[in-house]
Amino acid sequence: MSEHAVELVRVDKHFGTVVAVDTVSLSIRNGEFYSLLGPSGCGKTTTLRLIAGFEMPTAGQVYIDGELQGETPPYRRPVNTVFQNYALFPHMSVFQNVAFGLEMRHVSKEVIQHSVFEVLEMVQLPGMERRRPGQLSGGQQQRVALARALVNHPKVLLLDEPLGALDLKLRKAMQLELKALQERVGITFIYVTHDQEEALTMSDRIAVMNKGQVLQIGTPEEIYERPASRFVADFIGETNFLEGKVAAVRNGEVAVEIGDALLVYAPLERDAVVGDTVVIAVRPEKISLSTTPEDPRALPGVVREVVYVGTDTRYLAELAGQVTVMVREQNLAEETARRLSAGTAVYVCWQPQSARLLRG
Amino acid sequence: MKPRSRRDTWRLLVLIAPSLFWLLIFFLVPLVMVLVISFGQRGTYGGIVWDFTLSNYARFFDPLYLRIFGRTAGIALATTVICLVGGYPMAYFIATRPPRWRNTLLLLLMIPFWTNFLIRTYAWLLILRDQGLVNMVWTGAVHNLFLHLATAYPAATLFSSLAGLTSVPLELFGTNGAIIVGLVYAWLPDMVLPCYAAIERLDFSLVEAAQDLYANRVKSFLRVVLPLTMPGLVAGSVLVFIPALGAYVTPDLLGGAKSIMIGNVIYSQFMSARDYPFGSAISFVLMAIMLIATLIYFRLGSD
Ligand SMILES: Nc1ncnc2c1ncn2[C@@H]1O[C@H](COP(=O)(O)OP(=O)(O)O)[C@@H](O)[C@H]1O
Ligand SMILES: [Mg+2]
Repeated sequence: MSEHAVELVRVDKHFGTVVAVDTVSLSIRNGEFYSLLGPSGCGKTTTLRLIAGFEMPTAGQVYIDGELQGETPPYRRPVNTVFQNYALFPHMSVFQNVAFGLEMRHVSKEVIQHSVFEVLEMVQLPGMERRRPGQLSGGQQQRVALARALVNHPKVLLLDEPLGALDLKLRKAMQLELKALQERVGITFIYVTHDQEEALTMSDRIAVMNKGQVLQIGTPEEIYERPASRFVADFIGETNFLEGKVAAVRNGEVAVEIGDALLVYAPLERDAVVGDTVVIAVRPEKISLSTTPEDPRALPGVVREVVYVGTDTRYLAELAGQVTVMVREQNLAEETARRLSAGTAVYVCWQPQSARLLRG
Repeated sequence: MKPRSRRDTWRLLVLIAPSLFWLLIFFLVPLVMVLVISFGQRGTYGGIVWDFTLSNYARFFDPLYLRIFGRTAGIALATTVICLVGGYPMAYFIATRPPRWRNTLLLLLMIPFWTNFLIRTYAWLLILRDQGLVNMVWTGAVHNLFLHLATAYPAATLFSSLAGLTSVPLELFGTNGAIIVGLVYAWLPDMVLPCYAAIERLDFSLVEAAQDLYANRVKSFLRVVLPLTMPGLVAGSVLVFIPALGAYVTPDLLGGAKSIMIGNVIYSQFMSARDYPFGSAISFVLMAIMLIATLIYFRLGSD
């Protein structure tokens, strides 16, 4: 058994002049919950289809369980797919749908019977065997699609936005359920989604894609806390971008002038020399507001807008009349919750290690 | 369905009234006339004697007519099967081309049918008869080839016997085969179009799902594509079988005395024998058989 369930080595996929997948290399470990995350049209589905065998790479290699796939057709690959629109066979019952893969591999009737009931139990759909897909709700269809793939115990399960068609509440519940299921069965999941929150919640590792390229690979924490590029920082969660020029570099820290005599600091995580155009990214929840200058680096500003959003309060603060930053403050116990009003003069500050230095 | 209000019912009636009227005048009335006539008797000089009798129906079961009917059914069935075997792959091919090609291909399929049906059938006569195109090649180029080979290799007796075989024209014209060729040619688009509509509507991600679940091309076709396009296939078969069963022009032009079809019998009852009641009775039996066959077929297809 190979250490990696799936490996893509410098894979390209062109459709005519469209470059859908551009030099993508991925190494997905056994048992991993691996997400491909990116905006619509960035090549996630195409990447998944290259693994499933529905598309053949224009260049590069696809390995599954250490074996080079080449032109291997989908029906000879040890992977199964949960399709974006489920693609359940409308003319077959739930039982027949789930049994299909086993039947094609000539598994005996008794084993099929047993396996189908077992997997339907697992996805919490017992007693639905005789229904047609058309008689099920979206959530139930989704479970059938999952069961139909899982029953084959594939080496790798490919899921293409499987929760995309469900309403928010059901989607949240299914996220947790899917994650728990994956841990229980121990199958490698490759999960395509454009929903960053979903990817952060479920994944062991995430590959962030844009325009056919993989921009960053890492654990949810790495991706969120240390985005490698402006695109990743912007796509995952909310971020303040402060553009400016490097004013000084010392002691592993950069000082960046983001306006007239307005200096912000960040750890020196990449090469930078004085005069470089750079961007400092700071998450809104890492910024704090105070009415007194407790930190020498705190920047003076004025609260411009206050929005109460239940779990937290969002402030827009204007720094020295030049740059606006968003600040998120968690609403703790109601009585202690402090609410600043618009127009209040404040000092804005954050821990130096909370800021990220990115290329401009 | 929701229960309709009285106003909806009225609106519906108004909307369907024209077609109802049309059906009544041009379909139901003539049908009833034929039915009534089928229970009458032939007068001595043609004409109809209004004396109720079932003898016309009894006469249909005469072995002579049963044999003709059997042949007719056989020819219609063969036509349908050939149209199916040829038309379904054609429809599949067209439906799986890029969208901008599909209309062009469908148009190409239809173009021959802008020519008058009679002319097209005559064309087949010119192709199939003894001095026709096929036999010109057969007794000409093919025959000469074997003659040549026979002189070049006198030891190989195969060539001389083949040369002998090709010296006489093939008997194509006037056979059941010629009729089937003509009928297949005439009704092929009626098979292709409904099959095309069904295949074009098919969600091909289902085929991918089947292949993802270890079904190879053949199995995914048999288990997914075929069952899901069955309605088109059934409709196409009915659309071919029924006109083939009632065919008259094609057997008249391409068939001989030995390959007469039931349509020709009906024609001759009305036009030469002047036995309107018997002609009407055969028509009715044929109609009943078509109706039953269609119902059975649709029932089978819907499962
Ligand atoms: N079969 C195809 N033919 C032509 N272009 C395609 C095809 N499949 C995908 N593309 C293009 O490739 C790009 C990536 O598509 P896709 O992988 O579906 O993105 P995603 O799943 O991330 O939304 C898009 O620009 C899309 O239009
Ligand atoms: Mg997609």
